[in-house]
Amino acid sequence: MQELITRAKELLADGTVVRVLGWKAGDLSYNPEAAYFETAESLDEFVYNGFCGQNLSKMMIEASKLEGKTLVCLKPCDTYSFNQLIKEHRVDREKAYIIGVGCKGKLNVEKLREMGIKGIKSISGAELTDACEELHISTIYGDKTVAYKEAMLERCHVCKGKEHMIYDEIIGESKDTKDADRFAEVEKIEKMSPEERFAFFQKELSKCIRCNACRNACPACSCRKCVFDSTKFDSAQKANVDSFEEKMFHIIRAFHVAGRCTDCGECSRVCPQGIPLHLFNRKFIKDIDTFYGEYQAGADDQSKGPLTSFTFDDVEPGVVAERG
Amino acid sequence: MYKIEKENLEALFRKIAESQDLILPIKKAGQTNFGLWNEGEEADLDTLKTVKSGKDAFFPQSETLYTCVRDGKKLTVEPEELRSSPFVVFGMKACDVKGMEVLDKVFLADPIDTFYAARRDHGTIVAMACHEPEESCFCKVFGTDAADPAADVAVWMVEGTLYWKAISEKGQALTEAVKDLLTDADASDEAKVSAEKEAIHNIVEQLPYTHLSLEGWDGNATDEKFNSPVWETLYKPCLACGTCTFVCPTCQCYDIKDYDTGHGVKRYRCWDSCMYSDFTMMAHGNNRTSQMQRFRQRFMHKLVYFPANNNGMYSCVGCGRCVEKCPSSLNIVKVIKAFEKHGGEK
Repeated sequence: MQELITRAKELLADGTVVRVLGWKAGDLSYNPEAAYFETAESLDEFVYNGFCGQNLSKMMIEASKLEGKTLVCLKPCDTYSFNQLIKEHRVDREKAYIIGVGCKGKLNVEKLREMGIKGIKSISGAELTDACEELHISTIYGDKTVAYKEAMLERCHVCKGKEHMIYDEIIGESKDTKDADRFAEVEKIEKMSPEERFAFFQKELSKCIRCNACRNACPACSCRKCVFDSTKFDSAQKANVDSFEEKMFHIIRAFHVAGRCTDCGECSRVCPQGIPLHLFNRKFIKDIDTFYGEYQAGADDQSKGPLTSFTFDDVEPGVVAERG
Repeated sequence: MYKIEKENLEALFRKIAESQDLILPIKKAGQTNFGLWNEGEEADLDTLKTVKSGKDAFFPQSETLYTCVRDGKKLTVEPEELRSSPFVVFGMKACDVKGMEVLDKVFLADPIDTFYAARRDHGTIVAMACHEPEESCFCKVFGTDAADPAADVAVWMVEGTLYWKAISEKGQALTEAVKDLLTDADASDEAKVSAEKEAIHNIVEQLPYTHLSLEGWDGNATDEKFNSPVWETLYKPCLACGTCTFVCPTCQCYDIKDYDTGHGVKRYRCWDSCMYSDFTMMAHGNNRTSQMQRFRQRFMHKLVYFPANNNGMYSCVGCGRCVEKCPSSLNIVKVIKAFEKHGGEK
């Protein structure tokens, strides 16, 4: 972390960048927040550890509109989103100085809560310089030690790898934390009967409170005005009614980001109700892989996406229809 | 005071549900929220904080107000009926109950919100003391006692036994109705409850936010706080989602809209969020056009405007749900602390 701060100060001082987009220490051991730093002194509050899960790529949409370059800290998986945003002309590469920050898997405090850990006073073992194998948690109700992996975000178990797809320089060591099959959950759902599948999604989606956190955090949801926020049409849907969330909202959103979703996992990370929203996106990714050949959105910033290009070898729509 | 063993709670729920709706924390797909209890539902009294506060029992997230139906040239308007049957909300916490006091100030003041008032009249709240408060809790800052909820009935869960104390008339009526299942508590039981209260108080003292200072936040602080440059940096990570407002026990803003049914209109109201771009949108436009203004509004309302209009009562109860749930790790505590640190800056 110190190396990052030192480098950020240098780049601010020599005028390469005018601001730094990273994370600021929170007031609890697990709640740092995204922040801009414009001076060397303000960087004293800079922090980067296992709890810095937020994908800062989306904030670069706004930062691209500001004067001067922004130094942005991107983890390996965040760089896929950034590439995708370049492709969609939503961020300006020239306005970004990308430091590819090391990542050994990011943590989800909800996982600790699920383990019954509460009254957290401090957590150690989550610094990038740590081995990131164990977390030591001191709580009002006693001390606990848990395996780092047990507290990781779901997306880190299906890690896309430790390589950054786009960067100006890299600081810190990364680790591939993959220990699960990316499509295992999707396959499990595919094997369900239609009734079981409907019941599964109904149970999950009926928890939705329509806070829109998934949409607002999603780097692929970058429309200037979302159709569901429009006050001019009947499409504005502010009411939380189960039938809409269960059958429409999340499915429409998944369709809209299909082929562009990098599977960054922000939707599931931010959901206050713990809905595994990434499953929808992953189903689309799996189908796209099957129909058009393996494709990873955001692996580069140039190639045409499978759903935005036409070739004579494309799968016939009928194939999809037959498959049901 | 009365008591009932934890394993007999199911029988208690069944008894209550025989004669009225029973709403309590139910675990569904891994998350615990207040919901209507039916045989077979998984009641979860161990989770300290439900995701949403339970205010929905009195102020639902979406509700129809009236329905217009067109049939040829005939148009009928059917108003929604007000709640007329009793119900019980079991397992709210002291902070949630305090949240109801805040909502009362809004909805029971003239002009009275009849939908809310009907539910308040017919609802009985059984509130539970917080056995193990968490680091995100700061109810003491707002004068709430986590060990002694001020509801119709207060209950304490101590080592597998639920202790039951009726407080209001409604609470006494409910106690009478379920008395067959309760046993009298004796002096040793009273001592156990006292010890539990003391233990809770001790934990509360150790919580990181318990000694948060509200100095400078009151109804007279409008100009100073509103014009502070602190907001300009504070709001930056805000995603503009509605999580904080929807999990909050005191947020009370709503929108009223029409739903086109094809042969008529359902006029409904639903929770709104000051974080949303169309919040307070009027015919002339919107008086808040930036996320900074919307973000500022939320905290100014809770800590300045509300106390200004309600004899100093804040519209935050320190439940800490926003602390736990904000996707960007922003919350009211960070706002208060930021002003403590940079408040003097101009």
